[in-house]
Amino acid sequence: MSIELRNVTKQFGDVVAVNNVSFSVKDGELIGLLGPSGGGKTTVLRMIAGLEVPTAGEIFIRGQRVNDLSVQQRNIGFVFQHYALFKNMNVFKNIAFGLKIKKWKRADIEARVAELLKLFGLDGLEKRYPHQLSGGQRQRVAIARALAPKPSVLLLDEPFGAVDAKIRQELREWLVHLHTDLNVTTIFVTHDQEEAMEVSNRIVIFSRGYMEQIGPPREVYEQPLNEFVARFIGVMNVLELVVHNGVGQAGELAFPATGYVDGEKIRVGFRPFAVQISSELNEHPYQATLNHTFFLGVMLRVELELASGLILRARMTKEEYARRALYDGRKVSLNIRNYTILSQEHAPLAPELTVPDKFTMNLGEGI
Amino acid sequence: MAGGVPTRIDRQALRKSQRGTEESTFFKWLLITISLLFCAVFLLLPLINVFAQALLKGWQYCWDSLVHPDSWAAIKLTLLVAGISVPLNVVFGLVASWAITKFEFRGKSLLVTLIDLPFSVSPVVAGLLFVILFGLQGFFGEWLVEHDLKIIFAVPGIVLATVFITFPFVARELIPVMQATGTEQEQAALTLGANGWQTFWYVTLPSVKWGLIYGVILCNARAMGEFGAVSVVSGHITGQTDTMPLRVEKLYNEYNGPAAFAVASLLALLAVLTLVLKTILEWKAQREDKRAQRVNEPKSAA
Repeated sequence: MSIELRNVTKQFGDVVAVNNVSFSVKDGELIGLLGPSGGGKTTVLRMIAGLEVPTAGEIFIRGQRVNDLSVQQRNIGFVFQHYALFKNMNVFKNIAFGLKIKKWKRADIEARVAELLKLFGLDGLEKRYPHQLSGGQRQRVAIARALAPKPSVLLLDEPFGAVDAKIRQELREWLVHLHTDLNVTTIFVTHDQEEAMEVSNRIVIFSRGYMEQIGPPREVYEQPLNEFVARFIGVMNVLELVVHNGVGQAGELAFPATGYVDGEKIRVGFRPFAVQISSELNEHPYQATLNHTFFLGVMLRVELELASGLILRARMTKEEYARRALYDGRKVSLNIRNYTILSQEHAPLAPELTVPDKFTMNLGEGI
Repeated sequence: MAGGVPTRIDRQALRKSQRGTEESTFFKWLLITISLLFCAVFLLLPLINVFAQALLKGWQYCWDSLVHPDSWAAIKLTLLVAGISVPLNVVFGLVASWAITKFEFRGKSLLVTLIDLPFSVSPVVAGLLFVILFGLQGFFGEWLVEHDLKIIFAVPGIVLATVFITFPFVARELIPVMQATGTEQEQAALTLGANGWQTFWYVTLPSVKWGLIYGVILCNARAMGEFGAVSVVSGHITGQTDTMPLRVEKLYNEYNGPAAFAVASLLALLAVLTLVLKTILEWKAQREDKRAQRVNEPKSAA
């Protein structure tokens, strides 16, 4: 285990920023801490670095309890959101700073900086000052500076937050390659779920100080533990239903809901993939109009409006869209195959349910 | 004549708008003229007059008045006082502004208010304060006599009064600069293994250097020019406890106008030099600020 948190809590006055969080990171892993702002992810990162002291709980780095170690003693590399480059030092001096502090020999410092400049594609920029660099270059200098003293852990706070969308993509790929090359345990913080999914080996999801789930991107996406995760990762349709005779209904849509009393309100959620569409109006039980088509590359997302005014989002491939001869404004029929009954925001998510064929058939005829 | 009416309205509107700008132009120039005239009459003219009066009896006389033993003693004392109080206030200013901008603590706003106290209190009152504390009849008067220490009517008193009067200058300049820089660079230094002193020396100090130099210049100008507080504690012993401003007063009261103005012109020269340095520094700091701002704005080119 490279890093381990055991029941870590952090309070700022009355505010509980991090609430009883435990997780561990394996050697060489690339972990993304994901969550909305104020979720506690940056506080967790800063506690690992030693920039914040936990109110309760223990933190271990490479098996050593570091609670009482100062920032300087932890041997971590930290990359700040706005890079925090020393603006009065040029690129060389920025990268060499940690080595100079650790009293490396001059020749060794020069060799190490030269090595990093080459690795990070910063050759020839060593005399430049931070204000003479582009956003992407600044970020690379910041990472090079953090890595120079050979830290056991690299921590990055919103590493792509301060650069614009176009180079963000390049930087993500670059970070993945860098991590593969250097194999240093890396933890980064992001509020962008796509970024976390794309880059991380595993994702830790935070919300309001709680750790909601930890797992590989695919697992988190396919098996969200609760509604918060389900809604935060990817897109989810959520409907509020009123139960009547074991059937939950919203507009014309109906879902089996046994075990609830009449008049009780429940909510159901389903992924856009669960919505089946056909241009044959009698193929599926519900009728809707295709309002908008959003192009997402290979995939398309369509917005569907039911007669009752309910709006659903569905996803399909370009090929399927073409095969079904869909276009904006077209009348379609639709069905929802899989859904989940949602309870409280942070409560465990119930297993996914499948609408039985007979149920929809029967209802469909009725409407 | 469908088009006539709107044309007339347009012309009226045009004339109105023109009158508007004329008025504002007139107003603008009026304000500028008043300010310039005021500066010329109340600042520039007296300044020129100081130099003119100093040279009334020629360069030689002016020079002789400056190197007269009593005046020379005053110049040396002024340099000594500034030489002690400015470094003291640099240390105090750095400590205070560091504490105020980098830490959260109770009584922070009280500290900020206290730093401003010397600005708001009359210098004479400040001087009296030290007399009450260290004078013969003061709180520590007896103790000081017993130990044969002299503060009031001696150099230590002058230094104390000057330190008191000038202590806001450095801190006041540094606080906004340190607030603007934030603490991220220092935190970065810590994560790279630097201790507090290394962080201060390599990161904090270079980033506040313009503010610091600016504060030092203003502090120095005031330290050399302070009259009120120093006058109360000095005792006006010619050749011993007279600083330059006190010497000017004494010479003037002795009807030695040209000599008084000769010393005064030195002080005035200091003022002019301070202004020039201040302008240069402001210009330089502004240029660095602009660069720093660009650092914080992400650029698109990788």
